[in-house]
Amino acid sequence: MASNTLYSPRDPALKKRDDFEDILEERRSSSDLRYALRCYVPVVYKGIAPCKPGVLKTAVLQSDRLRHVVAEMSKETGESADVIREEASGILEEMAHRLRLGTVRFFAYSLSKAFKALFQRVRVNEDGIQRLQQSIQEHPVVLLPSHRSYMDFLIMSYILYTYDLSLPVIAAGMDFLGMKIVGEMLRMSGAFFIRRSFGGDKLYWAVFSEYVKTMLRNGYAPIEFFLEGTRSRTCKSLTPKLGLLNIVMEPFFKGEVFDVSLVPISISYERVLEEALYARELLGVPKPKESTSGLLKARKILSEDYGSIHVYFGHPVSLRSLAQGRINRSQYNLLPRHIPRRPSQETQAFVNETAYRLVRLQEENMVLRPWVLVAALLLQNPDGVDMERLVEQTSWLRGLAVSFGAFLDWPDYVSASKAVASSLALHTGLVRTEGGRAQLAMEPKEPGSPEEDLFDRAASVLSCASYRNQILHVFLRPALLGMAMQMAEASRKDDIYSCFSFLRDVFSNEFILCPGGTVQDFDEACYMLTKCAAVHVQKQEVVATEKGQRILSFLTSLFQPFLKGYQVVCRFLCEDAPEGFPESEYVAAVRSFAVKRILSGELTCYEALSSDVQKNALAALLRMKVVRKLKVGDQVTLRVNKVAANTLENKLGGRVSTQKALLARL
Amino acid sequence: KKMAMVLTAIRGELVVIPVEWSWLTLSRVLFSRQEVMKWNGWGYSDSRFLFNKKGQAEFTGRRYRLSGMVLPSLKDWFESTFGASLQHKSPATATLNASAVPFPSLNEAFLQDLKSTGIPFSHEAEDRVFRAHGHCLHEIFALREGKFGRVPDLVVWPNCHEDVVKTVDLACRHNVCLIPYGGGTSVSSALECPPDETRCIVSLDTSQMSRILWIDEKNLTAHVEAGIVGQDLERLLNESGYCTGHEPDSMEFSSLGGWVATRASGMKKNVYGNIEDLVVHIKMVCPRGVVEKSCQGPRVSIGPDIHHFIMGSEGTLGVVTEVTIKIRPMPEYQKYGSVVFPNFEQGVACLREVAKQRCAPASIRLMDNAQFQFGHALKPQVSSIFTSFLDGLKKFYITKFKGFDPHHLCVATLLFEGDRERVLQHEKQVYDIAAKFGGLAAGEDNGQRGYMLTFVIAYLRDLGMDYYVIGESFETSVPWDRVLDLCRNVKERIVRECRERGVQFPPLATCRVTQTYDAGACVYFYFAFNYRGLADPVNIYGRVEHAAREEILANGGSLSHHHGVGKLRKHWMPESISDVGIGMLKSVKEYVDPDNIFGSRNLL
Repeated sequence: MASNTLYSPRDPALKKRDDFEDILEERRSSSDLRYALRCYVPVVYKGIAPCKPGVLKTAVLQSDRLRHVVAEMSKETGESADVIREEASGILEEMAHRLRLGTVRFFAYSLSKAFKALFQRVRVNEDGIQRLQQSIQEHPVVLLPSHRSYMDFLIMSYILYTYDLSLPVIAAGMDFLGMKIVGEMLRMSGAFFIRRSFGGDKLYWAVFSEYVKTMLRNGYAPIEFFLEGTRSRTCKSLTPKLGLLNIVMEPFFKGEVFDVSLVPISISYERVLEEALYARELLGVPKPKESTSGLLKARKILSEDYGSIHVYFGHPVSLRSLAQGRINRSQYNLLPRHIPRRPSQETQAFVNETAYRLVRLQEENMVLRPWVLVAALLLQNPDGVDMERLVEQTSWLRGLAVSFGAFLDWPDYVSASKAVASSLALHTGLVRTEGGRAQLAMEPKEPGSPEEDLFDRAASVLSCASYRNQILHVFLRPALLGMAMQMAEASRKDDIYSCFSFLRDVFSNEFILCPGGTVQDFDEACYMLTKCAAVHVQKQEVVATEKGQRILSFLTSLFQPFLKGYQVVCRFLCEDAPEGFPESEYVAAVRSFAVKRILSGELTCYEALSSDVQKNALAALLRMKVVRKLKVGDQVTLRVNKVAANTLENKLGGRVSTQKALLARL
Repeated sequence: KKMAMVLTAIRGELVVIPVEWSWLTLSRVLFSRQEVMKWNGWGYSDSRFLFNKKGQAEFTGRRYRLSGMVLPSLKDWFESTFGASLQHKSPATATLNASAVPFPSLNEAFLQDLKSTGIPFSHEAEDRVFRAHGHCLHEIFALREGKFGRVPDLVVWPNCHEDVVKTVDLACRHNVCLIPYGGGTSVSSALECPPDETRCIVSLDTSQMSRILWIDEKNLTAHVEAGIVGQDLERLLNESGYCTGHEPDSMEFSSLGGWVATRASGMKKNVYGNIEDLVVHIKMVCPRGVVEKSCQGPRVSIGPDIHHFIMGSEGTLGVVTEVTIKIRPMPEYQKYGSVVFPNFEQGVACLREVAKQRCAPASIRLMDNAQFQFGHALKPQVSSIFTSFLDGLKKFYITKFKGFDPHHLCVATLLFEGDRERVLQHEKQVYDIAAKFGGLAAGEDNGQRGYMLTFVIAYLRDLGMDYYVIGESFETSVPWDRVLDLCRNVKERIVRECRERGVQFPPLATCRVTQTYDAGACVYFYFAFNYRGLADPVNIYGRVEHAAREEILANGGSLSHHHGVGKLRKHWMPESISDVGIGMLKSVKEYVDPDNIFGSRNLL
């Protein structure tokens, strides 16, 4: 164990953060129309080569890169270059944005109306805006917001327009184009559309990456995309996708730009618009296809109160500084730069690490409402809890969370009882308060079959969990240590470390845990738990203190549902999974297995029903080679190593403490 | 005293030297250089920039076209570019304090044997200090402060090839370290004595070997001793109606042997070629013996070219004593020219096209906006209202009528050479290409002034150093497609590094594309800043320059186009030529000089 690696822990509680301003305040007191029609002159990148969207397209089609790929494909397929070029032009036509100020003004007007109806406040850190303004002038900027809702990119553009900043061009999924008029309007407000999967399509990749790079190189506009790739249905950050990040970094690696500023942006919702939808989706009700009429139906949500939105623009991260000493840029010297090449291993590792780092920066600056704490506590007490006790526990948890560096929106003058009361008031759909007790709203409104009732209950648990999930990143590392201590059943530091490392590995598809950062995470966890006096770390041992019991038991039960969820999956694979079953049936099969166990009373954890947990577990098992994918024709089947699955389950359940030999086989 | 003067042409400039020296060459004078040249700055003692009592810049002496002239706009440019002020002076130590120079540690046995050969030598402090440095910033800065590090213990002046053979032989016999010294214009720390060298260090000054031994008009070659400096070589050949056409910016002082040892490049290489194209035969004295080829065939296929071990060896293998070099009849006609482009990008595109069509004039250089403004600041006082009116009109035409942004436009300077008709035809061809890239012809005067900048720049650095401004130039070569990216990134890196290292004023970071090739270009940077408020300016300067070089390499540029590696850049040699490459060079060194007699420790 290399605990001598340099890690200088900074007290997370001392993290400095900016103050927020409510941008809706002014909208409530002055004319939206005038606001939408005001003079808009954003500052631009100093090296900008101004051009119209049409010129941009020509530049992409005539780029060396594309010409090279077209020539190559023409040679391979025997198709004439003109035909391929035509195809490329078609792809670009489908993809490209057509940013128009008129549309932007229309959005500025209508979103003002909508936001005022939906939200109490839209709060933005103006210092962050100022930093961004500075960055935009100096270097090409990449905006990287977190992704929890469709609202995200509307909010982003709205804020940038409000502060007179250049509007971004936004990478959006092709599914939006399904919405007829809206899709085109999004296009005219700066969205460009990419297919969800284009694995082997060389031409598509070339057009797409050249399009993004051209915009970046000539400083056309900030480029915005979501590192997480898709909306997180669980309010927990998703493992970052690397494709676009790779693309925006390449111009720097190849010396085409001096630097690129990566700006992590954290958008936190007090209530996500899609709240109820997500829970259903996780339980297997498929997500509705994006359609304009669907959006209109969604109008009924306009009558509800969704609280506040916090948008925190993080410090721009200089790609150049990150890459210093990591990337040897002269590796690109010997090949003409327009010839596409697979990034080297060191580059891939760097991009991956940077992606994790940026997602963690997003997490760090997520604003957490007191309700998040309440939700975490309610989930740990499914049978309800006395209001008094709830207030006391919330207040205790607040202290713990703050000392772990949580960005809590809970001013000192608001008492715990008041904070709890107003939290419960905003989320009446999820909590029931009666006779001085608070409890998750679990009883179905109209009783149906046992299974229907079960799904209703699961839906409210998952909705509630989506709030609790927002705070998990704060407790993740200490909790893994807590769980490792429990699992190791002894206080030897080496044993605890190996359990920690095991758990971290198991959960690295579930949470933001960068590969290769085990030692640092372990040190960080030790530091944090020592700081709150929950453990005592010595040279050879890690011992829980008297006072630490409460903290450790809170932490372990906070993450219990995930442990349980993974165990259920393992159980399923051991007991119920037929030999070589198709991957496509996996989720449904695990779900019905879990339903059976809940109905029979063997399982009480509703979160095991979440398809998100199930998919992450499968990914982990594949990674650990407990399950293997076999491709037979068009079908992908899963082959299970039942012994390994059983061992893993036991280990997760704490039934086997130190079976290193078996572990090694995993 | 007789004041008769002779006129002689150096690079189209008329230079005056006293008639009583005309029997001498400058090389001969260099026996005791300190009488004609500065000991702690660039060039001739009588030529320097200064701000006169009225606060106007002046260039003293009578050697150059600019000599004796007042340069009214230099002060404003200087103050506004660097944030410098005439109130804040940082003068140099006036005289060389011989007692501060380390005492020579002499190898008595070597000295005894040397005396018996009759080769002149000296261990005077002044002679030794003079040969202990090149012209890197840190070297000159230390001299100005009167600080001396390790200096040679002895200076010898061999008079011919045989003398060198004897000297090297004695050095081997007595294990003495030899450092060859030509013109002393190195900017790579190549002349610096390794501080931990315990042997006696002997500086082998080649300045007395400066004769043209023969001229072969049938084959157009000349056989010349390697110590001759550029201006003498040109002048002496001119007397016979010939030239080499090799004109590096340092040609007033740098020597033929030095050019060979560093792989020098001349301004007019497009017509005459670089040193590797000019050299027909080389004689070098090494510890292992004398190396040379047996014939003067214009091209041979006899294994790897041994000339390429010698060229660029930077004094680590031996002393170049005699060189046979190509000569050409003197050009009938010379014409300067210039083109203004709306921006640097267009200018580079034009140079690329010129290179593609292989119609580059003898010299073509593209200065960026900052360098164009720098050049402008060197405009001498305008004598008539008419000229100033004309200048105003030109400016109006370019900026207002043609819409060029004065903060973006840049200038290419041109030099055409050949017979008159061909020059005019060539000129038209180049201007036609330029027009396609938005270039406007901007007159001979601008062109000529552009070239002037390159040979007074070193004098200007001395002026800067009188007022807290330090700077230097560095160069690279890079493929065409990366020229723009490299220029932008390196300049930006310099600015950023200066800011991060606490430099209080924005630096001057400017570049020019100074040579064109089929596959790329040579880019030349000037970098300078005002160091007021810094405790250790030279160290900071070094770090910024280091960072700039890293940036160059990261952007596909080479370690050096013509300055060489020396000790300043040898850190990057392994990554530049691979470990195997280093091994190849090492094995040559080990065979040729097993006892490291040529112990300057350059390159490897």
